[in-house]
Amino acid sequence: MAAIPTSAGAPGAATTAWAPPAMDPVAGAPRQPVWDKVLPFIGPVVLFIVWDLVVRLGFIKAILLPPPLDALGALITGLAGGPLLQDFGMTVWRTVQAFLIAAIVGMPLGVLLGSSEKAYRSVEFLIDFFRSTPSSALIPLFLMIFGVSEINKVAIAAFGALLIVVFNSAYGVINARKQRVMAAKVMGASRWQVFKDVLIWESLQPSFVGLRSAVSMALVIVIVAEMFIGADSGLGNRIINSQQVMNVRDMYASILAAGALGYALNVLFLMLEKRIVHWSGR
Amino acid sequence: MSAVLNAPFNVDVPVPPFRPGPVGTHITIRGLTKYFAGWPLYENFDLDIPKHKITSVFGPNGCGKSTLINMIAGLVPIDSGEILFDGKTLKDTKIGYVFQNYREALFPWMRTIDNIAYPLKLEGQSKAEVDRRMAELVASFDVKFDLNRYPYELSGGQQQTASIMRALAPNPEVLFLDEPFSALDFEMTLFIREKLQEVFMQTGTTMLLVSHDLEEAVYLADEVLLLTKRPTRVAEILPYTDARPRTIETLTEPSFIHAKKRSLEVFQREVRR
Repeated sequence: MAAIPTSAGAPGAATTAWAPPAMDPVAGAPRQPVWDKVLPFIGPVVLFIVWDLVVRLGFIKAILLPPPLDALGALITGLAGGPLLQDFGMTVWRTVQAFLIAAIVGMPLGVLLGSSEKAYRSVEFLIDFFRSTPSSALIPLFLMIFGVSEINKVAIAAFGALLIVVFNSAYGVINARKQRVMAAKVMGASRWQVFKDVLIWESLQPSFVGLRSAVSMALVIVIVAEMFIGADSGLGNRIINSQQVMNVRDMYASILAAGALGYALNVLFLMLEKRIVHWSGR
Repeated sequence: MSAVLNAPFNVDVPVPPFRPGPVGTHITIRGLTKYFAGWPLYENFDLDIPKHKITSVFGPNGCGKSTLINMIAGLVPIDSGEILFDGKTLKDTKIGYVFQNYREALFPWMRTIDNIAYPLKLEGQSKAEVDRRMAELVASFDVKFDLNRYPYELSGGQQQTASIMRALAPNPEVLFLDEPFSALDFEMTLFIREKLQEVFMQTGTTMLLVSHDLEEAVYLADEVLLLTKRPTRVAEILPYTDARPRTIETLTEPSFIHAKKRSLEVFQREVRR
């Protein structure tokens, strides 16, 4: 906390210190921060300009790619109470369900496995194997087990996300700083006390990395499942339906909505991590 | 079958009688053996560490200074031998340990004050008892920084001060210090050195200090334990008896210079051997 104002203050202090020899200090100094704030918007703006030009100049037919403002308009009206909002909500709900199952089962399981290295080594191959298997490849298998149902979409997404959570939590415990464990032991902590006062905390940061990847994975699989497992709602379903009837405006709006959702989830988890694992990286 | 054949051998091995150390001994080490990668680091090693004194451990690189105190503190398992504290085992003895790397010794998820109180909570002390002891510690260390901050918000010297407070919180019988100053700048080293000396004069806690700085080792010590190259033996135990509090002036006293010179001679003899 204390470091932020000082580090933010340092460049400012440096510029005022340099002001006397500079030719035009008043104009030179304050411009820099403004530019820094603009930088993140350059990429998206350039993309939209290129997109617009490509459509306007007819490089790509408007039937395949709508003008950006049309897509954005469809996105905004759709999310402002239109049918897009319902599909958006459905996708969020499925992702949240899958994620919660993965987190609630995966974190304790990972921490437990990690605290007994032998237990982890004995299932390591399985976890690594299925973690490396694209979860979408398992969709037919899940179809056989759960049928074409609502549960299926959540189950397959939860499965894919679960492995990521287990893997990261387990490694978090395995790689806990040995010295902190020793410090607790030398103070007379029992195995259980070492576990609850040190190992769980040490695993939090890698666990959060796992949760963040898991929520992205859950979203990916939910969208895929909505596309191909007889869904009648959700962003994936909407994307594929609008593609079938060549409603490109709606299709791009849905794609942008899915992107915004993924981005927002990522940012949310980064913020949560910073809040909860406040010591991370210090 | 083999169990039956081997049984008589086990019975026949003569158990050497326990030899207690001289009067004033706190820690007795008998027949300590420790192998590292198939080579003996310590073999049948005996040592008496005096009570209410500071013993500095000094020796060539790789002779296992830290390993020695880690074995005594129970952080590194021993292959065979016996280590007793006033005749008790480690399990019945309260110890404190200060690590070189304070960053990885404190718990960053707890506020500094909770870090220091942690060993007391492990003992199951009530909140009132913990608070009383914390107030005592804060007073005796004359703490000038905010203990409600998290450890990573403090400077290195403040974190190491907190580590020492944590180690001393449960009033340990023995305090182990593994190169506690090596990660600190000179100013903080001086400061913590003085703090340690003050605490020692107040409490008389037996201290075992591993140091790679001879001046520092002698300055704080009542006895300088000099070790040989591996397989490690005791090269010499040199007493240094100047009165406390020792100060910057002590560093230029003839007795200090003599003790340091003697230690250096023994050290060099052992390194060249």
